[in-house]
Amino acid sequence: MYVAVKGGEQAIDNAHRLLAKKRRGDTSIAELAVEQIRQQLPLAVARVMTEGSLYDEQLAALAIKQAAGDLVEAIFLLRAYRTTLPRFTASLPIDTSVMQLNRRLSATFKDVPGGQLLGPTFDYTHRLLDFALLAEGEYPGPQVEEGASLEPCPRVLGLLAKEGLIKNETGNDLAVPDITRDPLEFPSNRAQRLQALARGDEGFLLALGYSTQRGYGRNHPFAGEIRIGEVEVWIEPQELGFPIAIGSIEVTECEMVNQFVGSGKELPQFTRGYGLAFGHAERKAMGMALVDRSLRAEEFNEEIESPAQQEEFVLSHCDNVEAAGFVSHLKLPHYVDFQSELELVRKMRKPVAQEKNQ
Amino acid sequence: MTRVTPVRPERDEAYNFAYLDEQTKRMIRRGLLKAVAIPGYQVPFGGREMPLPYGWGTGGMQMTAAILADDDVLKVIDQGADDTTNAVSIRRFFARTAGIATTERTPEATVIQTRHRIPETPLHADQIMVYQVPIPEPLRFIEPSETETRTMHALNDYGVMHVKLYEDIATFGHIATSYAYPVMVDERYVMDPSPIPKFDNPKLDISPALMLFGAGREKRLYAVPPYTKVVSLDFEDHPFEIQKWEQCCAICGSRDSYLDELILDDAGTQSFVCSDTDYCAQLSSQQEAGQ
Repeated sequence: MYVAVKGGEQAIDNAHRLLAKKRRGDTSIAELAVEQIRQQLPLAVARVMTEGSLYDEQLAALAIKQAAGDLVEAIFLLRAYRTTLPRFTASLPIDTSVMQLNRRLSATFKDVPGGQLLGPTFDYTHRLLDFALLAEGEYPGPQVEEGASLEPCPRVLGLLAKEGLIKNETGNDLAVPDITRDPLEFPSNRAQRLQALARGDEGFLLALGYSTQRGYGRNHPFAGEIRIGEVEVWIEPQELGFPIAIGSIEVTECEMVNQFVGSGKELPQFTRGYGLAFGHAERKAMGMALVDRSLRAEEFNEEIESPAQQEEFVLSHCDNVEAAGFVSHLKLPHYVDFQSELELVRKMRKPVAQEKNQ
Repeated sequence: MTRVTPVRPERDEAYNFAYLDEQTKRMIRRGLLKAVAIPGYQVPFGGREMPLPYGWGTGGMQMTAAILADDDVLKVIDQGADDTTNAVSIRRFFARTAGIATTERTPEATVIQTRHRIPETPLHADQIMVYQVPIPEPLRFIEPSETETRTMHALNDYGVMHVKLYEDIATFGHIATSYAYPVMVDERYVMDPSPIPKFDNPKLDISPALMLFGAGREKRLYAVPPYTKVVSLDFEDHPFEIQKWEQCCAICGSRDSYLDELILDDAGTQSFVCSDTDYCAQLSSQQEAGQ
């Protein structure tokens, strides 16, 4: 009688074995290798690295395999591993203007210095199932023009800034906060917000960004520039006194050009929202840029009336590891609290029932 | 009663003692010292990601990890029971990463991590209770903004809470909060005692044991030091009351412990048993010995 409602050590062990079996599937089919996931599901790997806040393609691929393709679970696995890593230094800011571009587009100008570069994208594909993929085989690569080279591609928004048409973003020399070490407190600053958004759930940011386009905190966005490519990461160890490159990472950067602001004192200017994600992660970078801009409402003296403009609402709920954990904890037993509620509801019903009987 | 030395499991050397690195433990201990110095005040801390999901006790686990010593004896309960799956999972975690002894017996434990209950067996001064807290802010469901609630605590402005309780009385004739019932700690801070049933609230008052509360997702910790005044909020004409049952425990016959309701068949036949499994077992074995 009593045991029926309680779990036990044996049940946990068996559940883990059943999960391993489900993950493996039919053993007559070859097992999926981590390297295959890394090579052939690069967009899944990018999402896990971005929201897991750890750039390691192999570990992200491993997490995807271990999570049986559940990306939020894979993000959690990577995060839990990341916490245990020592932090020895902070890199210098990456310079995306000298990125080795794979893709670059601007929706604000027909032509920009360096040109537009479509690169690998789902855009303009017809979303028709490609049954050829059901069969195995080799796929032809693109035609490559020998000797083609990339011209310098200065940032599109930088060109606007030269004319003073867009608000300049000035850096400060303050130490960069780390929201994974120090708890986020409100009001937050933009560096903390961008960190939280970079780790934030793609679906949540996409929906919030979308809500700003539909009128909940409208701020007229244009995709000023999206660029995807490899950038070098530099560090400057104190004992050396000069910077060294430690490798390169693939990132997606999105700069949105938004509604201009102006006042009696200031000339009208465009403003911007910024998104950055690891790997090829365009939807995430765009959602992030939209939400970054809407969260700057206070800075630009805009009325705060929509969810996407409220920093406490957005930042407290954008993390999918936190959200998934707290929602899933509803599966834990709550019978002590439920018993309290039962007792209370019965007590509240008593007087009414007695009245009816009289 | 003879005290048995509990068996100690082998520690997994791949991890630091009790999983967290020493830097992190120091950070949490500093937070705990502040929490003890300001009873009931919510201290923000750099909560880490734990290998368990948020909402499943990550805050409590970080508190436990920060205070565990080599010779501690750990008890973990969920809903008052040692054998609920999450309690088993957390107890195993510390057995593996800290190699410390564990127990199900309340008097033998030096650290008790709990979710939703305080043991029925009175605690003593050598014990530390660690509570898993989902929402540390008692004012959260009245005022969702953290900026606002922190200001309300700072200004000792708890009017809204009293209005909420008063509205309950106006609507239902009594205060309609049955768990996570707000308390006033040391006559200064209104505190959420975690989702324990209000039945357990009186056990917090002038308790000889140190009480630590950890909320991992919300990155807050707070404490009630030993022998601190903890008063459940009420009104003079509507004093605080705890739950009572007409039934007694079907196993040990206890009339003074918190009971879980079991539904035994399709006809909805009820049975009631102690939620505190260790207390129930102790009482049953005493009765057997007495026969």
